[in-house]
Amino acid sequence: MIRVEQLSKTYGDVRAVREVSFAVERGELFGLIGPDGAGKTSLIRILTTLLRADSGTATVGGYDVVTDYRAIRNTVGYMPGRFSLYQDLSIEENLHFFATLFGTTVRENYAVIRPIYEQIEPFKKRRAGQLSGGMKQKLALCCALVHQPTVLFLDEPTTGVDVVSRKEFWDMLGLLKSQGMTILVSTPYMDEASLCDRIALIQEGKILSVDTPAAIPGQYRGILLAVRADEIYALLKDLRALPWLKSCYAFGESIHCTVGQPADAARLREALTGHSNLEVKEIPASIEDCFIQLMNP
Amino acid sequence: MKQLLVFVRKEFYHVFRDRRTLLILFGLPVTQILLFGYALTSEVKNAAISVVDQSKDPATQAITEKVRASTHFNLAYADQTVHQLETRFRRNEIKCALVFPEGFAEALTHTGKARVQILTDGSDPNTATILTNYLSAILTDYIGQQQAGIPYRIDVQTRMLYNPEMNGSMNFIPGVMALIFMIVCTTLTSVSIVREKETGTMEILLVSPFRPVLVLIAKAIPYLALSVINFLLILFLGVVVLDMPLRGNFFLLFGESALFIITCLSLGLMISTIASTQQTAMLISMMGMMLPTILFTGFLFPLENMPRPLQIISNAIPSRWYYLIVKSVMLKGLGFGYVWKETLILAGMATALLLISLKRFTVRLG
Repeated sequence: MIRVEQLSKTYGDVRAVREVSFAVERGELFGLIGPDGAGKTSLIRILTTLLRADSGTATVGGYDVVTDYRAIRNTVGYMPGRFSLYQDLSIEENLHFFATLFGTTVRENYAVIRPIYEQIEPFKKRRAGQLSGGMKQKLALCCALVHQPTVLFLDEPTTGVDVVSRKEFWDMLGLLKSQGMTILVSTPYMDEASLCDRIALIQEGKILSVDTPAAIPGQYRGILLAVRADEIYALLKDLRALPWLKSCYAFGESIHCTVGQPADAARLREALTGHSNLEVKEIPASIEDCFIQLMNP
Repeated sequence: MKQLLVFVRKEFYHVFRDRRTLLILFGLPVTQILLFGYALTSEVKNAAISVVDQSKDPATQAITEKVRASTHFNLAYADQTVHQLETRFRRNEIKCALVFPEGFAEALTHTGKARVQILTDGSDPNTATILTNYLSAILTDYIGQQQAGIPYRIDVQTRMLYNPEMNGSMNFIPGVMALIFMIVCTTLTSVSIVREKETGTMEILLVSPFRPVLVLIAKAIPYLALSVINFLLILFLGVVVLDMPLRGNFFLLFGESALFIITCLSLGLMISTIASTQQTAMLISMMGMMLPTILFTGFLFPLENMPRPLQIISNAIPSRWYYLIVKSVMLKGLGFGYVWKETLILAGMATALLLISLKRFTVRLG
């Protein structure tokens, strides 16, 4: 459904997108995972025909993003990163406006938006500016879906949304996927990666890896150890002093270290005998661990 | 077509739900018209005057009556001696005084010549001059009525054409109309488009089947309609409240105003293609337009007195041409035959501005 080949985009000195290539199949929920400033928004804007790439080609639904931009605009749904609806218009008015703009009516495509719209319908007379973050998000999704697009582009839809609304939002994406819609979603949250069919890890405009969320941890090189102790700061300092550790960084309440071989776990314990309540445990790598490793090769 | 209608309706929602926009749209013109019409005129009204009548004859009484009837004067005191006047001037109780010597009527009927003294407060020279003129006019008027039986005499008569009463608002209203449209139309159009860019809604509008050029048109239509209403409101205020004459054809004035409004809207569209934030748009269209419009329209500072380079610059200001048209049609009652040149210039400007904005309006971001 989406084909991207050797796409590059530069703003002055900043290389926002660097020779990116990937493909998204029909009916796939594809995630672009990366920190702020990684180039996710630029990439999505190129695919939604809002920006022109400096080099490389891309097609959406078989249409070229430059030459056939009008055709793409007719068929895709797009939800920008910021809340981009009319704050002074009510839920109903926003939805009606965008439906008409896309040459359709709310009634005609009600089936598509119904599961989402039902949740905000009690507030349909309320102005969009007075909605909570989660409700705004749902309204924006409704507006992006009201013309039944074949491909849906979502730019960081869950940034700044509470945990419950985030979960609800991803449930809705799952529902849309089950109806056969192709979805490209970007997010800085690693924990959302596992909800996608496939993900692309992106950093500084470059794609580090493209795979299923389950397969990515398999790419991890070395053995990952989670180390804990009472004095976490002193522990980190001691760990950093060990030259044979491949990497070492704070991760939640513990410290993740990478070592080359299983025997190194015992060696580590020995080096840290002075710490009280020391705990060294081998753990499977998460996507975030993989991301950190890919970022610092 | 249906899309355009919905878009236009949405624009009306924006206007009517935003108090700030409504205030700029209707509050600004009304206050400006009333301010310029009432407060900021060179006219002097209700100036306190004292009349010292040492003659007390029918002639002096008739003249005093005329002074009393004039709206320019407030006959506050009737003093006995010239000496008393000085105290009044010092206490700032009066702005001017009229002194009739003894035997005024007698001298007038017998010799055809009489003396009268006008005293004014020279610390405010402008007002003093104006008041002297008013009083001279009253005296001349009286003598004119008494002329029967008096030998032939030459009278120098000054007459203000089109505005014999020196009604200050006559000059101001056309200028303020030009100023208001220039500021209001330009600002509101440019800000409303740039707001879509700033809030990100432009992104969604672009990624839709709606043609980007129609965004410009849909934005211009509501402001055109509202500005026309504005025009009628200003005209109503000018004619009914400020006694402006409307000597020419109303429909000609209406058409010319619509043309000028379109020119200003096009200017606003062009600004919106340059500015990326509402603040910039506001700054360019309000600050950037206000000064040139005030300076170069000609209603505050006569263009004829300006150095040549400034005169040339003034040609590029649309409000200058509209001001000429309004004065010709409203005050002089001239027809289209006399304003076609100005009309053509405005039409040319509107076309050029529209073409530039259409060319600059991109179908993509950035």
